[in-house]
Amino acid sequence: MEPFLQFLINGITLGSIYGLIAIGYTMVYGIIGMINFAHGDVYMIGAFNAVIVYLVLGILGVTWVPLALVLVLLLAVVLTSTYGWAVERLAYRPLRGSFRLAPLITAIGMSIFLQNYVQLLQGARNKPLPPVIQGSFDLTSGSDFVVKLGFMQILIVVTTVALMVVFTYLITKTPLGRSQRACEQDQKMASLLGVDVNRTIGLTFVIGASLAAVAGFMVTLYYGVVDFYIGFLAGIKAFTAAVLGGIGSLPGAMLGGILIGLIEAFWSGYFSVEYKDVAAFSILVLVLIFRPTGLLGRPDIEKV
Amino acid sequence: MNKVLTIENVQTFYGHIQALHGVSLDVDEGEIATLIGANGAGKSTLLMTICGDPQARSGRIVYKGEEITGKPTYEIMRMGIAQSPEGRRIFPRMTVLENLQIGATILGPDRFEEDLAKVYELFPILKERERQRGGTLSGGEQQMLAIGRALMSRPRLLLLDEPSLGIAPLIVKRIFEAIRRINEEEKMTIFLVEQNAHHALRLAHRGYVMVNGRIQLTGSGRDLLANPEVRAAYLEGGR
Repeated sequence: MEPFLQFLINGITLGSIYGLIAIGYTMVYGIIGMINFAHGDVYMIGAFNAVIVYLVLGILGVTWVPLALVLVLLLAVVLTSTYGWAVERLAYRPLRGSFRLAPLITAIGMSIFLQNYVQLLQGARNKPLPPVIQGSFDLTSGSDFVVKLGFMQILIVVTTVALMVVFTYLITKTPLGRSQRACEQDQKMASLLGVDVNRTIGLTFVIGASLAAVAGFMVTLYYGVVDFYIGFLAGIKAFTAAVLGGIGSLPGAMLGGILIGLIEAFWSGYFSVEYKDVAAFSILVLVLIFRPTGLLGRPDIEKV
Repeated sequence: MNKVLTIENVQTFYGHIQALHGVSLDVDEGEIATLIGANGAGKSTLLMTICGDPQARSGRIVYKGEEITGKPTYEIMRMGIAQSPEGRRIFPRMTVLENLQIGATILGPDRFEEDLAKVYELFPILKERERQRGGTLSGGEQQMLAIGRALMSRPRLLLLDEPSLGIAPLIVKRIFEAIRRINEEEKMTIFLVEQNAHHALRLAHRGYVMVNGRIQLTGSGRDLLANPEVRAAYLEGGR
């Protein structure tokens, strides 16, 4: 029983991260129908931005941890969303209206570019960060397996839940969210109502990149190390999560993220750590074969 | 009379195919002007060209003294033009209320409640359906919603594309009555595109007949109704 509880905690923590990244994939897919393969690398840039801002704050003498963390989070989000916006503006917008594969191939190119860009600027080595938040609650005692709930894990899950509440409000209740959904359903009609479609698409990338930056920030604190390649695997996992939940569906992205996190945690725990990626990607294959619309996705055909 | 809309020699293409061959027409302030013509004549293309999507390849479109040719669609719509487009284009996965809210995007929330009450007064069925998703409405209800959504931006020029298409005759009557009320009570200028020539010409102060991307006839609604050519081609169902 104790191991099960521990894997559950670890899985939900990991799944929160995947979910936050998956939302970026699913939103962009919803609004312009492309898979933004560079999104994983935007998350990686978010992690790097967090490290850089943290070190700069240290140099400037901001050492009180809560203040430093809040500043790191805010600045990382601002910097990373600028990247997200720039990627859309420079690489995707000029291709709007061209054939479907063009932006997709560009996205792969953008992903390679961002990895090499960071590798050149920051070096290929791991960047370690001294542990900032340590400690944990022991949930069980007595037996030889002590279930630990880390403070950092609590922070990750609480931050994710809070972000989801804000994000859901943003999408369902605000004019920006309405414009976003309108563009998703019918861009031509949205522009006939005075909605600036290009701006709305740009903002979608900004929102996706912001969520990815928060994920990158938390991963940096959680694992204490980043490198220029972390975006690839995390990106593909989050993409899998988005497909599992139903690409285009926002609750689906979060659900898919949690499920992928749980699958990985339990597989690592009960079977083998080496094959945890195989487990996650097998899910992708099975979903694509048996339920291509995902768990919460809607079928393409719709009565009009 | 003040001209709200002037179209001068507009040509529009879809790729290599020319849809409008030099169309010129005027719409005066406060009037209902109608454009009738057969399927594929270019009526909807003209309405969409006014809105900049597609852009006219040549010619000029002037709205209230300002040239709008070449402007992006969302800027044109923010100048006080609204359209209820061909096929209604209701957002299917938004509620009726959300469809109306998005119609008011360019105005902000200040006068929203007042405008909403007006639309509900014009089309009471929309109030009953307020929480329903747009995609679940009947054709007639969707048409009312499309017109209501266009009204939410307080346009000075309302473009209506075939509001009677595929809708039960009784509902068509109600919709045309609403159009008349909008024109009379709000002093709104209306440019109505229709295949249902009988209804449209009876309502309109001025009519245009379009054939193959060209304006072929112009006159007051009453004159066109009496015109033997128009009667033969559009009113008596044959030639």
